[in-house]
Amino acid sequence: MTAILEVRGLSRQFRSGGLLRPSRLHAVDDVTFALRPGRITALAGESGSGKSTVARLLLRLLTPSSGEVLFAGRNVARDRRRRDVLRYRKHVQMIFQDPFGSLNPAKTVRAHLERPLRIHGIAGRRDAKARVDTLLETVGLVPVASIADKYPHELSGGQRQRVAIARALAANPKVVIADEPISMLDVSIRIGILNLMRDLKELEIAFLYVTHDLASARYVADDILVMYAGQIVEQGPVDEVLANPLHPYTRLLIASVPDGERNLEPIEIRKGTAAAAVDPAPGCRFVDRCPLAIAVCRQTTPELVEAEPGRIARCHVTAPRQREDVHAQPAA
Amino acid sequence: MTLAFSVTPDAPAERVTPVVELENLVVDYVTRTRTIRAVDGVSLSIGAGEIVGLAGESGCGKSTLGNAVMQILRPPAQITSGRVLFGGENVVERRREELRKFRWRNVSMVFQSAMNALNPVMRTGDQFVDMIRAHERVSKHDALERAGDLLELVGIDRRRLRAYPHELSGGMRQRVVIAMALALRPELVIMDEPTTALDVVVQREILQQIRELQTELGFAVLFITHDLSLLLELAHRVAIMYAGEIIEEAPAARLRDEPRHPYTVGLLGSFPPLHGPVERLTGIPGAPPDLAAPPSGCRFHPRCPHCTRDDQALYARQIGERPLLRVIADEHRVACHRVTA
Repeated sequence: MTAILEVRGLSRQFRSGGLLRPSRLHAVDDVTFALRPGRITALAGESGSGKSTVARLLLRLLTPSSGEVLFAGRNVARDRRRRDVLRYRKHVQMIFQDPFGSLNPAKTVRAHLERPLRIHGIAGRRDAKARVDTLLETVGLVPVASIADKYPHELSGGQRQRVAIARALAANPKVVIADEPISMLDVSIRIGILNLMRDLKELEIAFLYVTHDLASARYVADDILVMYAGQIVEQGPVDEVLANPLHPYTRLLIASVPDGERNLEPIEIRKGTAAAAVDPAPGCRFVDRCPLAIAVCRQTTPELVEAEPGRIARCHVTAPRQREDVHAQPAA
Repeated sequence: MTLAFSVTPDAPAERVTPVVELENLVVDYVTRTRTIRAVDGVSLSIGAGEIVGLAGESGCGKSTLGNAVMQILRPPAQITSGRVLFGGENVVERRREELRKFRWRNVSMVFQSAMNALNPVMRTGDQFVDMIRAHERVSKHDALERAGDLLELVGIDRRRLRAYPHELSGGMRQRVVIAMALALRPELVIMDEPTTALDVVVQREILQQIRELQTELGFAVLFITHDLSLLLELAHRVAIMYAGEIIEEAPAARLRDEPRHPYTVGLLGSFPPLHGPVERLTGIPGAPPDLAAPPSGCRFHPRCPHCTRDDQALYARQIGERPLLRVIADEHRVACHRVTA
C-alpha cells in the first residue's frame, strides 16, 4: 500500500539561550518516515526526545525549519493560506492525551461531534444526527441515545477519550495522530481504548501512535519509530524491533520496562538523557551512554542505514554503512 | 556512573516481627453534606526489611492509606476507627509533638512530585540540614557533612548540596528526596508513586537503587503504585486495593502465577506483554466505582465476569454481602465469595 503521509528530512529548531550566548535547540532533526492506510505506526521515545514536536509539525501547529511533509504526494509543509491548511487538517486529525482538558465542559457529546461535521462541510443539519449516532457506535459508546446528550463531566475517563476519538473520526480523516491517548486513563480501561484503535484500522486510517509505553506500542502498532534526542534512531516492524533491537538505546529502553515476568535483575545504566540536543556536536548523540561506542561514534553522526530488510537504525556499530543510506533509497 | 550490585530477589526467609500493623483501619473524608469512606477496614502488616507493594487504580484509597500510616491526614480526612500499630504501639492517638518525632525518625515518605517536596528557593544542602536539625542536636557543619554522605549514597556528587532544586534533573530530584527520607534511618519508608512522573530508564535506575539501598540498610518499604508489573518485579509481597478495600494479598511471585480474585486477574490481563504472542486482551469492563456511592455487596460485582444469575444463591451473596478477606493458603488472602481454600 502506498503511503498517504510521507515525511522527508523533517527538522525543527528552536532558539534558546540568551542574547549573548544564542544557541539552537534541535528538537526534531532529519526525521524521515511514511504512514500507510490501515497501519498503526508507533512513535516511541522519552520525554524531550521530540516525539510530540513531530506530532505538532505533522498537524501544522508548528512550521518545520526544513524538510517536507507530503500528503497524498503534495508538500504541505510550506502551506501558508488558511484555506490550504484547513483542507489539510480535515484529513489529519488529532487525539490528545488529556480527555479532561480536550473536551468543552459546557457542550454535550453531540455538540462536540457536530462541530467538525459543520466546519468541514461533511453533513448538513439534517444528516448530522445520523452521522453522530454512527460515530458513537463506531467508538463503542452505546446505547447512543443515553450518551449523546450527556456533558463531559457525566462520563468516565475512558468514555471521554472515546468521545475524543469519535470527534477525530468525524471528518473522515485519512491520518489520525494520537498523542499518549491512554497515559491518563486507569489501567483497567486502557486496553479498551487500545482495542478500539486496533479495530479502527479497518477504516483504512493511517495512525501515528505517539507513546513512551513500548508494551502498548507492541500491542497496537505494526511499525515503530524510536526517537532519541530529536532523531529517529531505529525503525522497523514493531515485533522485530522489540524482539531483536538493533540500536543500543532501543535495547536500554526495552530492558528498562517493568516486567512482572522476571525479578529486578540489575542492568547497566549510564548517565544521560534523551532530551533534544542544543547545538549538537558531530557524532552520535547516544555516545556517552553507549556500551558499544567506538572511536568513530564521537566523530561522525551516524546515518539511518537499512541493516536488514525493513530494519533501519542509526548506529555505526550495529548498523554500519555499507552501500547506501535510506535517504538515497527509501525503505519499502 | 554504572550501577552494579547483587540483589536478593527472594522474600526474607521467615516472617519477621512487623514494623507496622494496620488493624481494621477506616479513613473517612467528612464534609458537611456527606462522608466518603476512602479506606474501609484495611488490615495489613509490613515486616522489618520487607518491600510490600500496594497496587490499585486512581481513587481506590491507596494514597490515603499511605498518608494514614505516616499520620499526615488532614481534614476532611480522618481515621474513624482502627489502629496503626508501630512497634506494637498505636500511633493514631498520639499527640502532635509525639507525632512530629515519629515522622521521619520512624517512618518517612517519598511522594510522586519531588518538585513539590523540595523547597524551590533553598539549596538542597540547607534542606537536609533543616530536616536533620529538627530531629537531632547536631551542629550545622556535621549535618551538612551527613547530607553529603546521603547524596553519595544515592549516587549524586556531594557538591550538589549547593544546587537549587531547579538545577537538578527530575531523576536527581527524586533521588534527593529518597536520600532525605533515609536521613534518620527510619524503619519504614512509604513511597507513593515515586517513579510515575519519570521516564522509563530513569525509573529503572531509581528502582534498582531503592532495591540496593533496601538490601544494604534493611528498612521496610510500602511501595504504592498503579503499575502492577513494576511491583511484581520489585516487591516481596503485593496487596491489591479496590474501592477502599484490600481484595487480595500474596507474595509477588504467587500473585503473578496464581491470582485468585477476578479483579487481580483482570488487572494482570490489562498489561500487554513485552514478549510472547500478542493476544487480544479484554481489560476489565466498566470503570472503577465512585466511593461516594459504592456498589452493594462485593464492590467489584458490577464489573465481575463471574457475577451472573446462573447460581442464584451465589448471586444473592455477591450483590448483597461483602466478602471477607480470608486466608486461602499460606500468606495468601483473598476477598471473594467464589474463592475458598
